Amino acid sequence: MLDIKILGPGCPKCKTTYNNTIEAVKQLGIEAIVTKVEDIMEIMKYNVLSTPVLMINEVAKFKGRTADVSEIKKLLSNLETC
Amino acid sequence: MFDWLQNFADWLIYTIFHIGADTHLGVALNFFVYDTIKILFLLFVIVFLMGIVNAYFPIDKLKNYLASNKLFGLEYLFASIFGAITPFCSCSSVPLFIGFVRGGIPLGVTFSFLITSPLVNEVAVAMFLGMFGIKATLVYAISGILLGTIGGWFLGKMKLEHLLSDWVKTLLANDQLKAETYEEEKITFRQRLPEINRSAWEIVRGVVLYVIIGIAIGAAMHGYVPENFFAQYLGSGAWWTVPLAVILAVPMYANAAGIVPVIQVFVAKGVPIGTAISFMMATVGLSLPEATLLKKVMSMKLIGIFFGTVALFIILSGFLFNIVL
Repeated sequence: MLDIKILGPGCPKCKTTYNNTIEAVKQLGIEAIVTKVEDIMEIMKYNVLSTPVLMINEVAKFKGRTADVSEIKKLLSNLETC
Repeated sequence: MFDWLQNFADWLIYTIFHIGADTHLGVALNFFVYDTIKILFLLFVIVFLMGIVNAYFPIDKLKNYLASNKLFGLEYLFASIFGAITPFCSCSSVPLFIGFVRGGIPLGVTFSFLITSPLVNEVAVAMFLGMFGIKATLVYAISGILLGTIGGWFLGKMKLEHLLSDWVKTLLANDQLKAETYEEEKITFRQRLPEINRSAWEIVRGVVLYVIIGIAIGAAMHGYVPENFFAQYLGSGAWWTVPLAVILAVPMYANAAGIVPVIQVFVAKGVPIGTAISFMMATVGLSLPEATLLKKVMSMKLIGIFFGTVALFIILSGFLFNIVL
């Protein structure tokens, strides 16, 4: 079970990343909990300078930029193989 | 550079639509077609270039550099310049703010970054370049950077740390950072390009309506408002136009892209350029949405001091431009 978090205070870029992640998870058919972390106090527990941040199992994978569905899919399938 | 575009606008309006070059309507339409295409072109190019910078900008390294080096006051200037070249997203300002302060960067230096980041942003620069030309754009960008430098220094001298929100103070006092684990896969420039391209289009699409409305209003005014109309009322002698412009500008955040074409007509009809630059700076630099976001990390008093100081410096630089330019 993957724990995926999207950190971002609710800007358009963060929403895009969230939606793309949901879509990628659905297309791959893997089991994952995708959470959107919008509370700034919660976000700042991590060492974050620019949002959105995509975290998988508490490891930051993308910072400060949106990632499209295919990129997230690639990332997720790489994780599963290793 | 844009001769071909002028020829196209002339051809479209005067030849195809048969609207005379000597009519108000013809001039206004020609102006509208020419400006819209030119601005959207410039906007895309600049946003795209900034997207490339953004993709490679080592914001974490910058933070560490500013935190670990004694720079004898130059750190304010550096923070301000970095604020100008990093593309601004208002929702990143709070994480950046806390990240900087937590990283040991003085509050004043952080403010330098925070002032310049929205003030000198890619959309404002592209609009300025399209409507006022390279010289005015340089004046705008350089004075924006200096304003951030001096404003940050001034705020730093005031020792405002105690006015941060309580939870931020707690966070700074006993910092329990979750272990930093960050492993982004290296991807090539070629792989990144589609994403940069896409987000540039997104930004341009987001402001295109404001640009068109702004240029349409500008074009209408251009043809119908008499020459020197504003000069009669708001000539450079009227000192109060600068503070008035700043106050009027604060609620206009969302329309930053649409406002420049209107300002351009105001300038053409006699509003002093310094007043116009002040208006522009206040529009993008002092916004209510940003204040709302900052409320999470600062007390109202600190936001008031922050905005008041920036407004004061914008007004002062407006006076200076009106004297110098």
